[in-house]
Amino acid sequence: MPTFKTSFKKTALALATSVTASLAFASAQAAEVEVLHWWTSGGEARAANVLKELMEAEGYGWEDFAVAGGGGETAMTVLKSRAMSGNPPSAAQIKGPEIQEWGELGLLGELDEVAAAEGWDELLPGTVAEVMRHDGQYVAVPVNVHRVNWLWANPEVLEAAGVEMPTTLDELFAAGEAIREAGFIPLAHGGQAWQDATVFESVLLATGGTAFYQQALVDLDPEALGGEQMVEALTTFKRLRELMDDDMSGRDWNIATSMVIEGSAGMQLMGDWAKGEFTAAGLTAGEDYLCAAAPGTQDAFTFNIDSLAMFRVEGEEREAQHALARLVLEPTFQEAFNLAKGSIPARPDLDMSEFDSCARQSLDDFQRTAEEGGLVPSMAHGMAVRADVQGAIFDVVTNYFNSRDMAAEEAARRMVNAAQAAL
Amino acid sequence: MSLTSPAAQPAAASGSRRSHAGLLQAWLPKLVLAPSVAISLLFVYGFMLWTFILSLTNSRMLPSYEFVGFGQYARLMANDRWWVASTNLVLFGGLFVAICLVLGLLLAILLDQRIRQEGALRTVYLYPMALSFIVTGVVWKWLLNPGLGVQAMVRGWGFENFRFDWITDPDMAVYTLVIAAVWQASGFVMALFLAGLRGIDDSIVKAAQLDGASLPRIYWRVVIPCLRPVVFSAVMILSHIAIKSFDLVVALTGGGPGYASDLPATFMYAHAFTRAQIGLGSASAMLMLGGVLAILIPYLYSELRNRRHG
Amino acid sequence: MADPIRRRTLGARLARAVLYTVLLLAALFYLLPLAVMLITSLKPLAEITPGTLLSLPREPTLAPWAKAWGEACTGMRCEGVGVYFFNSIAIVVPAVLVSTIVGALNGYALTKWRFKGSELLFALMLFGCFIPFQVVLLPMAQTLGWLGLSSSRAGLILVHVIFGIAFTTLFFRNFYVAVPTELVSAAKLDGAGFFRIFWRILLPVSAPIVVVTVIWQFTQIWNDFLFGVAFSAHDTQPVTVALNNLVNTSTGVREYNVDMAAAMIAALPTLIVYVLAGKYFVRGLTAGSVKG
Repeated sequence: MPTFKTSFKKTALALATSVTASLAFASAQAAEVEVLHWWTSGGEARAANVLKELMEAEGYGWEDFAVAGGGGETAMTVLKSRAMSGNPPSAAQIKGPEIQEWGELGLLGELDEVAAAEGWDELLPGTVAEVMRHDGQYVAVPVNVHRVNWLWANPEVLEAAGVEMPTTLDELFAAGEAIREAGFIPLAHGGQAWQDATVFESVLLATGGTAFYQQALVDLDPEALGGEQMVEALTTFKRLRELMDDDMSGRDWNIATSMVIEGSAGMQLMGDWAKGEFTAAGLTAGEDYLCAAAPGTQDAFTFNIDSLAMFRVEGEEREAQHALARLVLEPTFQEAFNLAKGSIPARPDLDMSEFDSCARQSLDDFQRTAEEGGLVPSMAHGMAVRADVQGAIFDVVTNYFNSRDMAAEEAARRMVNAAQAAL
Repeated sequence: MSLTSPAAQPAAASGSRRSHAGLLQAWLPKLVLAPSVAISLLFVYGFMLWTFILSLTNSRMLPSYEFVGFGQYARLMANDRWWVASTNLVLFGGLFVAICLVLGLLLAILLDQRIRQEGALRTVYLYPMALSFIVTGVVWKWLLNPGLGVQAMVRGWGFENFRFDWITDPDMAVYTLVIAAVWQASGFVMALFLAGLRGIDDSIVKAAQLDGASLPRIYWRVVIPCLRPVVFSAVMILSHIAIKSFDLVVALTGGGPGYASDLPATFMYAHAFTRAQIGLGSASAMLMLGGVLAILIPYLYSELRNRRHG
Repeated sequence: MADPIRRRTLGARLARAVLYTVLLLAALFYLLPLAVMLITSLKPLAEITPGTLLSLPREPTLAPWAKAWGEACTGMRCEGVGVYFFNSIAIVVPAVLVSTIVGALNGYALTKWRFKGSELLFALMLFGCFIPFQVVLLPMAQTLGWLGLSSSRAGLILVHVIFGIAFTTLFFRNFYVAVPTELVSAAKLDGAGFFRIFWRILLPVSAPIVVVTVIWQFTQIWNDFLFGVAFSAHDTQPVTVALNNLVNTSTGVREYNVDMAAAMIAALPTLIVYVLAGKYFVRGLTAGSVKG
């Protein structure tokens, strides 16, 4: 296999050079990029439209290929089908370790030229840049940085229950009880595997700390996965179920968020894309809704970076693709997109005055944790481990969370198996 | 593609008719069948073989050809979720086929009693077959959701203790799939049975009536046995629906709570496409096919044999 | 009107009442989801609240339908599902025609021109009905790539024809088995050829099974999502894919009425076919396809 791959790469390189040569003859006809993504919600789509307009202003065409559903699952199926048929799009929304997998298949095209011209090495935070590179070359461009470990709350509900925004897990449970007694659902949640995992990783981060998080969910150390601390994390995680309502199974995350918005539920543990929903509902951060790091995780930042990976294409399309890569990091787009999406820009040098207090806190925490070592990749959002391991962990987490009688020890044992079986 | 060749045949046939008419006529049926058989060999059996080969590899995100023997099957056997999915298929498939047959037959018999507005009722029973779960999924989710749907509605009518929350219960979620699937397909089965009933020679029933047999007895002893070929067709179509049930799960439960309502088709899809485990997904697909074969071949064999003799 | 033998006695009348009650209750069960869809699609957004699924709209409006057809947004396109509706038609019509014709010829050849191994070939083809479509996604994608048909309408039509043939052949074969062979034998003796016999003897009696097959294929292909999403590009995607994109487009306030209207639009063609042709469908099934 390796020999095949290197020879594959050589041909790719040869192709690329011949292509750059032929670029000189590029005709006046507008080159087009086809972008496969699942930014389909209203705010995201409007923000992505900014990118499209930037492209068009430079004379390139944008062929929009949005596939909604299942947090990008459908889009990934489409992408695989397109790749198999030898007809991949110019760029696709791919993230985390998956970029490496596509890179290993030799399907991605490098962006070093653009990266050098634009000074990505200086522009991008180290953690972010690392995810974008395969074999030392840039193959993807970051769009934003999401923080996953957030707690959102409706201040009116908190007030009615007479509680403050909880900062520790104990406070969370106490606040939950008070909110329930006041007649609200304490914690809005949707019973889907990835949402269960999102809550789980925040709990694990709170009970075990970042070192343990790193050991267990990133390095997949069997001792950490099956140990005491895991059992504790699982037990605490399961207790959260008591704060949720009975109708949650299959509920979409944004429906859960709207429960907080409407005031039928008090809080939600969810990544900062939830802010897009609050914003779309016309609410102001800090006044109409509250944000804080998930209880007990103030010194940690679980990141989830959206990115566009570039497929190996030829000729004019490649030129357009490079323009796309450059424009993604353009301040106009970064600002517009991240304001809509609730995340922070992938480049930390931007003026944050347009952003709300939550986003500013997110950026501060990002930089602080990057220095102090609390910056960890999100397992639930495919930043920490490959899709198969992630899937196997999801299975254990969601099954345990929904089972009536599974012991935490049993779940921890299965977690060890999951990490091994999927390798 | 070779698809167009049947249409192209007449010209060829008339050209060589004089010299090789007999020979050509003997070959023509085979020539007509050839493209379809070729398609079947290539796109059904060829792809199955390809899937089998993949199931022996460690293919991850896209197919690769690094062979690992039967390792993927061993992993599958050790996978708890796979067992849940398989058990669910047996449970779901069995109940779905059985309930559809019983309900379909019952409705067909009732509808065969010279009912006014039979046409309208028939259409009402039949229409769900026209809709996919991509279309009806959201409504079904609502109806089954205790806070929004049937439970909330019935409680609203004053029955405060009414409970219908199967979709949130790991042990019961799979039965919600049965409800929705029966809703979709039972009307179709009704139509099949109704067609069968209309095809039965009246004189047989009349003769039984003259013998003084009661109506239920006539149905049980005389009419239903005549419907055996219909049962065959219905079982074929229903098992095909059950095995392929995918949209249904995705739309209704997403496999949840947890993975309590997973089916092999969704298991396979999740592993091959979302989890970059094409090898494992292929192995599960092969076992699925194996299961289908184990049930269908004996059934097909006995039915086709009986029919040829009968 | 009613059964003349049994109409007189009280017991019979009671039985009749029970009969109608059962039938009507069943009808309610079948109608429930459609009723909810229809009612919701006619409500303004403000009227959609939990627990009121079946209450009639106070201010019925067609605005959700208009929006679903031509304005609702997916990604950055705001063109509703209308455009894709016509894509579906362009895919379904040729796919249904070709697969039906091929199925008819296959069924005819398999029953009236039996040869050694023809039953085996039939069984072989029949198995195609049972292959889970997820299995064929990737190899099919590669094949379409080789044929230069990836992401094209022609490719999607081809896929539907390929995986539809098993069923159409099954239908026609079971129907033609019941057509008396004597006629065909006599025609053969008269020297009539393969296609002439098909054209003159089989085709004229085939109307019922053609209806059944066309309805079946039409429904299957129109409702397909998996092939549609995997093998089409944005401008060739069928309406089910557009519907899925629309419904799964999460945004601040979910417009359930628009979702439902879009679902109704996507469902209308198959619904109309079933309502209008349902009678012929049952008649076609009666005519022999299920009797074997």
